[in-house]
Amino acid sequence: MSSTRKLRILVAKPGLDGHDRGAKIVARALRDAGFEVIYTGLHQTPEMIAAAAIQEDVDAVGMSIMSGAHMVLMPAVVDLLRARGGEGIAVFGGGIIPDDDMEALRAKGVKGLFTPGTPLAEIVDWINANVTPRQ
Amino acid sequence: MRDIDDGMPGAVDALKALYPRTGRAHVVGVTGAPGTGKSTICDRLIGSFRAEGKKVGVVAVDPSSPYSGGAILGDRIRMQEHATDPGVFIRSMATRGHLGGLSASTGDVVRVMDAMGMDVVIVETVGVGQDEIEVARTAHTTVVVLVPGMGDDVQAIKAGLLEIADCFAVNKSDRDGADKVVRELQVMLDMRPRREGDWEPPVVKTAAIHGEGIGDLRGALDRHAEWAAGSGRSGQVLTDRRKSELGEIMRGMIAKAVERRIEAYPGGIDGLANDVRAAGKDPYTAAEEILKGAMDGLKESGGR
Amino acid sequence: MAGEKDDLESIAARREEWEEKECRESFGRIPARLPRFSTVSDMEVKALATPADVPNMDYERDLGFPGCYPYTRGAQASMYRGRLWTMRQFAGFGTARDTNGRYKYLLSQGQTGLSVAFHYPTLMGYDSDHPRARGEVGKCGVAIDSLADMEVLFDGIPFDKVTTSMTINGPAAILLAMYIAVAEKQGIGQDAIGGTIQNDILKEYIAQKSWIFPPRPSMRLIVDTIAYCTEHVPRWNTISVSGYHIREAGSTAVQELAFTLADGIGYVQAAADAGLDVDAFAPRLSFFFNAHVDFFEEVAKYRAARRIWARVMKERFGAKRPDSLRLRFHTQTAGCTLTAQQPMNNVVRTTIEALAAVMGGTQSLHTNSMDETLALPSEQAVTVALRTQQIIAEESGVPNTMDPLGGSFFVEWLTGRMEADALEYIRKIDDMGGIIPAVEQGYPQREIADAAYHYQQQLEKAEKVVVGVNKYVMEGKIDIPILKIGEEVEAEQRRRLAALRAGRDGAEAARCLEAVERAARGTENMMPYFIRAVKAYCTLGEIIGVLRRVFGEYKDPGMF
Repeated sequence: MSSTRKLRILVAKPGLDGHDRGAKIVARALRDAGFEVIYTGLHQTPEMIAAAAIQEDVDAVGMSIMSGAHMVLMPAVVDLLRARGGEGIAVFGGGIIPDDDMEALRAKGVKGLFTPGTPLAEIVDWINANVTPRQ
Repeated sequence: MRDIDDGMPGAVDALKALYPRTGRAHVVGVTGAPGTGKSTICDRLIGSFRAEGKKVGVVAVDPSSPYSGGAILGDRIRMQEHATDPGVFIRSMATRGHLGGLSASTGDVVRVMDAMGMDVVIVETVGVGQDEIEVARTAHTTVVVLVPGMGDDVQAIKAGLLEIADCFAVNKSDRDGADKVVRELQVMLDMRPRREGDWEPPVVKTAAIHGEGIGDLRGALDRHAEWAAGSGRSGQVLTDRRKSELGEIMRGMIAKAVERRIEAYPGGIDGLANDVRAAGKDPYTAAEEILKGAMDGLKESGGR
Repeated sequence: MAGEKDDLESIAARREEWEEKECRESFGRIPARLPRFSTVSDMEVKALATPADVPNMDYERDLGFPGCYPYTRGAQASMYRGRLWTMRQFAGFGTARDTNGRYKYLLSQGQTGLSVAFHYPTLMGYDSDHPRARGEVGKCGVAIDSLADMEVLFDGIPFDKVTTSMTINGPAAILLAMYIAVAEKQGIGQDAIGGTIQNDILKEYIAQKSWIFPPRPSMRLIVDTIAYCTEHVPRWNTISVSGYHIREAGSTAVQELAFTLADGIGYVQAAADAGLDVDAFAPRLSFFFNAHVDFFEEVAKYRAARRIWARVMKERFGAKRPDSLRLRFHTQTAGCTLTAQQPMNNVVRTTIEALAAVMGGTQSLHTNSMDETLALPSEQAVTVALRTQQIIAEESGVPNTMDPLGGSFFVEWLTGRMEADALEYIRKIDDMGGIIPAVEQGYPQREIADAAYHYQQQLEKAEKVVVGVNKYVMEGKIDIPILKIGEEVEAEQRRRLAALRAGRDGAEAARCLEAVERAARGTENMMPYFIRAVKAYCTLGEIIGVLRRVFGEYKDPGMF
């Protein structure tokens, strides 16, 4: 099969904080790495993110949260995706996330977690290693 | 849809199967230069169709980066209001135009949405270049969006725009210069050659961000649909539509087959170019060979 | 500087000779470390500045004296010999009671002013029991839903002795109304209270993105607060025009300077258009800048800001009172320079940044805590941050001399260069019809996003170094204690809201909300209606809800 499958990745900002510098930089970096990025903008509820991920048939959902609401919002997205047949969608996230929260989030299905200062290449490498086009 | 976009084997069979269920949706194209507020217009149009209980599909097309092949598809941002409405289905697509923007899947995705039972499918495309004109042919009614003060005088607009537009929306009409754009468009429309009974594209002023003029725009879209259905030219319109659909599907299939052939070539397009030069071949002969190989490949796979 | 023309020419000639001879020889032995030397904003800097680099500078015209036009050397004649800057640590977390405890601690440790950090639901005008508040309550600031919370927040804090800055924008007018109501309960009139509301909505659209309403109704609310305070709350700073968040969003120093001043121009123009006298309201406008880590660039930025603002106010708006011309500003050290890796290093970064703010003549200062890339600051971390300011104030000797870097050829060159570059941006914005059309077109947003991406790429290529992140990296984590906010805060706020709604005079609350709605649809000043509504214990979410219905909501335009 020829490799015309292109990874589609949703980048979203859940919650109320407006710090979209990181999300936008990641979106650009993913575009520059050859992925198709669907950017849904600020102030998204978990329901909005899950609906967009399903409609857009994405391979992964990346979320950035700087407000401390990650323990509630990230797992909510994972659960909604599962409920809607999107269990194959890889979920990753970034933001101000303390170490023990990271463990808990991984356990809840947020596979990749990146804190401020992560090189962009590391995120791209993680996607290449962990995200495959859904069949 | 993903398989269609990715040109997966089997997608064509699926499209064949659902084709009989297509033809019911009103396909509305919305096109215009970046920054004209197309997405906001789409957002407001969705709202107006939803108010009548109509199901709406949206195909939002943005260009792929010519450097990386990736894309940022951000049109959904302006359609947030409808993010969780089950009567709205929004799909973002990148042009993926490896060969001069020949990407056939937009039309296919529109047909899938049509078959899904959408009453209206809105196709939003960036810019007004050759490929956008192609995409606009997918639409039954095409809206061209302009704004005042974008620096490009109306006179400078390509003639192609007049041909594809069934309606003009002069958006951001709260800005200075909107009336001038409207007047200039009107003059251009008056000057173009036309026959008795031709559709007269209306020019509608909108300020989509404030929701102004959307009712007028809706009226224009509906009138155009009625005209197309009942003007006595509906036969011609349908034939034209089938013609462009057929053309688009053929171009798409050929492009995909050629792309695939080139990808399979050792070193891809670079390898091919180098070999052509090394062999002292002319590019026409080389292209014919690739095309022939592509057609053979097409035969073997029985489609894409 | 200001030297004779012949002197300058001979200096320039001698400099060329120096480059040809001594420099070439020296760099021949020790090659330059980098192909190009630039600030953190990637502005190329000179290896050496001489009087020939500031050939047109006129001391009286361009620098003058502290407290004198064009205020390049400082806003007041007494500067820090009179009063040190206000040490004002931004704080807020959990419930009003939690934060009240932190305020009392900070005041007991020598802090001289309060600065309220609200949680996101308050910033966005939602009550803690709104579905959108899920997971956010008390996390990034203190949860304030009504006057009842505000009374607890300031319990035992005397409003006649302490001034308070509130970082609040979309709902600023309503929080100000609550503050006035608390003061009244303390027996202090609104004419006697002092403080600041940020009330800078333009930078929200540009950078910070905590918006509620579209630009035009937002501008009306701002003009209403300016008009009300000018008449009734004379010691209140009605807007803190903020560059801080623009910089945090990734702008360059010049962009921070230019977009902030362009926002300021937008507010002055809006108030003037509403018929207010410039000299009546301009003295109560204040500014808020970032202190990034590139020391000289920051000092030059503050100096250029004062000079540009004085000239703009005088020449463009015809302001006459010195208080209208002098730019006063608060500074916060740059959160975006802090690293999660080796967090103790953040103390050093913050020290450099704070020093730049003081050398640049700030009127008040917040120093970040070392743990802020991990969580809200712990008491230990915030104490070190406050001590950093106190060491600069009491030990370093820096505050003893006014504008100590003034007259440095390099700093004067850089000040002039930043001024020129910022004026160029302001001219472009004027050409677009002012800051509101520019924001609507996404111009500043795109410039900032481009700068942010450019810097990130420089980091990736190691063209810019962040110690502990892309150089001198250490394996393993260094643990410092961090403050965590539990989910019980959300439950507590829900309980408080339920009790409030059950216990208040429901009919009066409904009447007040109706009155707010009528006022919003009309053209009256809305402040008296807000004050009445908060006193009737209408919640923030209820009042903002009414305004959302009337004004509509602003949506992320998603500029790249």
